[in-house]
Amino acid sequence: MTTSTKTSTTDAPLTAPVPMTPMQEFWHYFSSNKGAVAGLVVIAIICFMAVFANFVAPHSPSDQYRDALLLPPAWLEGGNWSFVLGTDDVGRDILSRLIYGSRLSIAVGIVAVTASLVMGILLGLIAGYFKGVIDTAIMRIVDIMLAMPSLLLAIAIVAILGPSIVNAALAISIVSLPHYVRLTRAATMAEMSRDYVTSSRVIGASPLRLMFICILPNCLAPLIVQATLGFSSAILDMAALGFLGLGAQPPTPEWGSMLADALQFVQRAWWVVTFPGLMILITVLAFNLMGDGLRDALDPKLKQ
Amino acid sequence: MFQFIFRRLSLVIPTFIGITLLTFTLIRLIPGDPIEVMAGERGVSAERHAELSAQLGFDQPLYVQYFHYVTGVLQGDLGNSLITREPVMKEFLTLFPATIELAVCAAIFAILIGLPAGIFAAVKRGTVIDHSVMTFSLTGYSMPIFWWALLLMLVFSVNLGWTPVSGRIDVVYWIDDVTGFMLIDSLLSGEEGAFSSAVSHLILPSIVLGTIPMAVIARMTRSSMLEVLSEDYIRTARAKGIAPWRVIVIHALRNALIPVITVIGLQVGILLSGAILTETVFAWPGIGKWLIESIGRRDYPVVQGGILIVACIIIVVNLLVDITYGIVNPRIRHSR
Repeated sequence: MTTSTKTSTTDAPLTAPVPMTPMQEFWHYFSSNKGAVAGLVVIAIICFMAVFANFVAPHSPSDQYRDALLLPPAWLEGGNWSFVLGTDDVGRDILSRLIYGSRLSIAVGIVAVTASLVMGILLGLIAGYFKGVIDTAIMRIVDIMLAMPSLLLAIAIVAILGPSIVNAALAISIVSLPHYVRLTRAATMAEMSRDYVTSSRVIGASPLRLMFICILPNCLAPLIVQATLGFSSAILDMAALGFLGLGAQPPTPEWGSMLADALQFVQRAWWVVTFPGLMILITVLAFNLMGDGLRDALDPKLKQ
Repeated sequence: MFQFIFRRLSLVIPTFIGITLLTFTLIRLIPGDPIEVMAGERGVSAERHAELSAQLGFDQPLYVQYFHYVTGVLQGDLGNSLITREPVMKEFLTLFPATIELAVCAAIFAILIGLPAGIFAAVKRGTVIDHSVMTFSLTGYSMPIFWWALLLMLVFSVNLGWTPVSGRIDVVYWIDDVTGFMLIDSLLSGEEGAFSSAVSHLILPSIVLGTIPMAVIARMTRSSMLEVLSEDYIRTARAKGIAPWRVIVIHALRNALIPVITVIGLQVGILLSGAILTETVFAWPGIGKWLIESIGRRDYPVVQGGILIVACIIIVVNLLVDITYGIVNPRIRHSR
């Protein structure tokens, strides 16, 4: 990492430290948080696994090895090194299914977070910019959505639309919408009273330009943090829906539904239950760690 | 004070209307004709279709239907289950005590562990204790609780045999339903071992359901304590030579608890939605399991009614938290 605030040696003339660029400053604060860096590394590994699943995974996620049913992990007695984390009840390699599962989780995370972020920013900007009746209407709806626990609302949506990955992702993005709307609205309202917005308006900038070019870039910090944390809750909710049979349908390799399939083997084969959950926990934890680090690095109030 | 309570109450009405609109629309969003969906694969004749449609009010304009729905809801009529033909409200009331029992035990567990852990971490700021409390609470916060349930079950029920795997009480006991709360009923029954059986059935589900609230409470308590501990009056108290524990417990904790109370109140939503997962894993006969089973059986009135009731409970609890907050903290009461 680069710090430009080097202390000058005695023989050199005293110079003012070169100010850090915003990016350097961000990295300076972010990297001082070990947990956040660890989270970032784990996320990078999981993303790598997700993108290159075809090359990384030792087997196909749907290949059933009928002579290797419920095989324990390789380091245990009866294990086989070609199935490192063991096999499930129909002889599918658990490691490969986990690797392919990361693809699904990351994809759902990206889709859900992007969808709710875009919608949330739009609604929040409109509410904060126009105020009045529009604002009240939008915020009332948001309050109603916040009155429902997110998982319950997601379950309700999926119950009506029918269980599938797409509907689950849709439900998750609807459920996480209120947070983005609130954040954008609050930030927009704060920015609206600044001089630079007034001066752009005086020059004759259109409402659209004011909203998206002037105000939005200055509201991004809390949104980035929320989006990172949104990733973790999207993955968690997706797994919960999968576990309840309302998300990905078997034989899709999804972590939550893998757990649901394994329910009946709890007593006989602990590995079928343990590893998918561990993957969910590690991924969610990594996103939460990184979110915390981003919050510390991006929030000027905490920087002192 | 009354003005404050009144203002808060008036905010609840639009939210309630919104929730009823939502649940009202839900059942109409089902793809296809609701009556045919309800009839299932057997199908339904044209006359029966018209009859049902009149009976359920589907032949009337939407606003009339909505009006009837809301009047029914306000009178506690949520329609009948398609499967059991019982009123949804009645089914809910029989199952709700089981969920309350579980949620209350989970909340007690969360507060008993989370609060002291948060205080301890704040007092020992920057030490190993602080770091481990924070690591544990972040892990708890990230926990997929359905997996956590399976893991605990695997270790404590299957391998060690300390706790039962599922249900509310051993099948050998037949407990009369007096209050609906197994802990109380098993005591009332006077049967030997019934109470301890009920307790042992509660332990794992309570820990599982209480994990996320515990983590949230610990984090909130820590940050709130840290803020209060840096106040001038704490330094003054210390300078006066008051015993350190007294400064922490009497001077600091009191003020630090205000935001923590709010957070505890907000956990009700987490507890109720977490109950869906916990009850499913532990076969706990509460409203969470009931809702999920109803979704599986396409019992739409139950889904609709159940979601409405749960949402209303959360609104009421949030309102109570708001009002308590106003009582505890006068600054909130008087700000507009």
